[in-house]
Amino acid sequence: FCEKALELIRELQRMGDGQLPAFNEDGIRQVLEEMKALYEQNQSDVNEAKTEGKSELIPTIKFRHSCLLRNQRCSAAYLYDRLLRIRALRWEYGSVLPTTIRFHMCAEETEWFNQYKKSLATYMRSLGGEEGLDITQDMKPPKSLYIEVRCLKDHGEFEIDDGTVILLKKNSQHFLPRWKCEQLIRQGILEHVIS
Amino acid sequence: MDTQSYMPVPPGIGMEENYFSLDDILLSHERLPCKTECSFPRLGFLEKSSDTRDIPEGSKMEMPLWLAKGLYEKKRRVLSVELPKVYRGGWRTVFGADPTVVDLHKMGPYYYGLGSQMLHFDSPENPEIAQIVLQTFIGRFRRTMDSSQNAYNEDTSALVERLDCLERSLFKAGQSGLNGFQQWEKGRSSHLTASSLVINYRKRKITDLQA
Repeated sequence: FCEKALELIRELQRMGDGQLPAFNEDGIRQVLEEMKALYEQNQSDVNEAKTEGKSELIPTIKFRHSCLLRNQRCSAAYLYDRLLRIRALRWEYGSVLPTTIRFHMCAEETEWFNQYKKSLATYMRSLGGEEGLDITQDMKPPKSLYIEVRCLKDHGEFEIDDGTVILLKKNSQHFLPRWKCEQLIRQGILEHVIS
Repeated sequence: MDTQSYMPVPPGIGMEENYFSLDDILLSHERLPCKTECSFPRLGFLEKSSDTRDIPEGSKMEMPLWLAKGLYEKKRRVLSVELPKVYRGGWRTVFGADPTVVDLHKMGPYYYGLGSQMLHFDSPENPEIAQIVLQTFIGRFRRTMDSSQNAYNEDTSALVERLDCLERSLFKAGQSGLNGFQQWEKGRSSHLTASSLVINYRKRKITDLQA
């Protein structure tokens, strides 16, 4: 009993650093089926115990009830932990997720992610006066306004505030304002160069 | 120091477990030897050695902790739990003599957690169990902390393999603190880096493509 639920937990535990594995829809469905079967068995036993007064069935009922609670705990923890990882993704990757990750989320999780993005954006807009404050910027204290960056892979064209368009090709170096590059550096497209 | 975005639910402290903590769930899956005090009708299929329909009274089984906790009642009607050998008299003297030499990972990777949970079962040796768990932790703590703060840029697997899970998380925290400090010393604390999540994703994608 409850082996399948534990397997789900182990799957998550293996990715210790916060990556999101594919949503194990099969696994969840099996756990729910097992819960249903246990519940139905318990129901019939409870009825029997009540009508015929067989109090010796009570330990069995307690046993099945413990299994049900255990399955419930495992599936709730699985879903909750996945949500925590998705939330971390918003802070690391920015608002647009690469397609591979999007395949790993189920429909409800994508929905949750969109809602979370919206709440975060509304909150950021409400801070700091009219334009709001982007709190996902400046994760480390900045030392200068402009930084030297090197491009790690082709990203196409990139426009900065005064209108100049910069072509980001592999290994090209640029001197750019910090706030524009921070997102790209975090995503691994640019690399911060310190001389 | 890398800012942490993913903060999983940590395991509970002492006798409590955190409901959502993955570590606690895996910990409560550890098996304990138990003896049933009353019979369990219609559950005979769980007991692979016997062919009866029920589990009779007084049969010895190994149950996972969560099941033992769920079925245990103060009036001792249902279950009696025996202590696993790691917490019994003989081993307790070993731990008392010198806690640092013991390979806690081999003894069951959740030594401290399981020990704290055993206190739920009202065995007469409870105070001694509590005492020995505490003493072991105190004895080993200094060495764990020492090694975590001084092993910079080395292969730490030899140090880590004898620790149980609680000590390992402490070790990891110490290491990340040490790394952060070293980065700061070198003046690289303002160096923006790609987040570790992103790097790990890339690595996995490449290995997926190669497979």
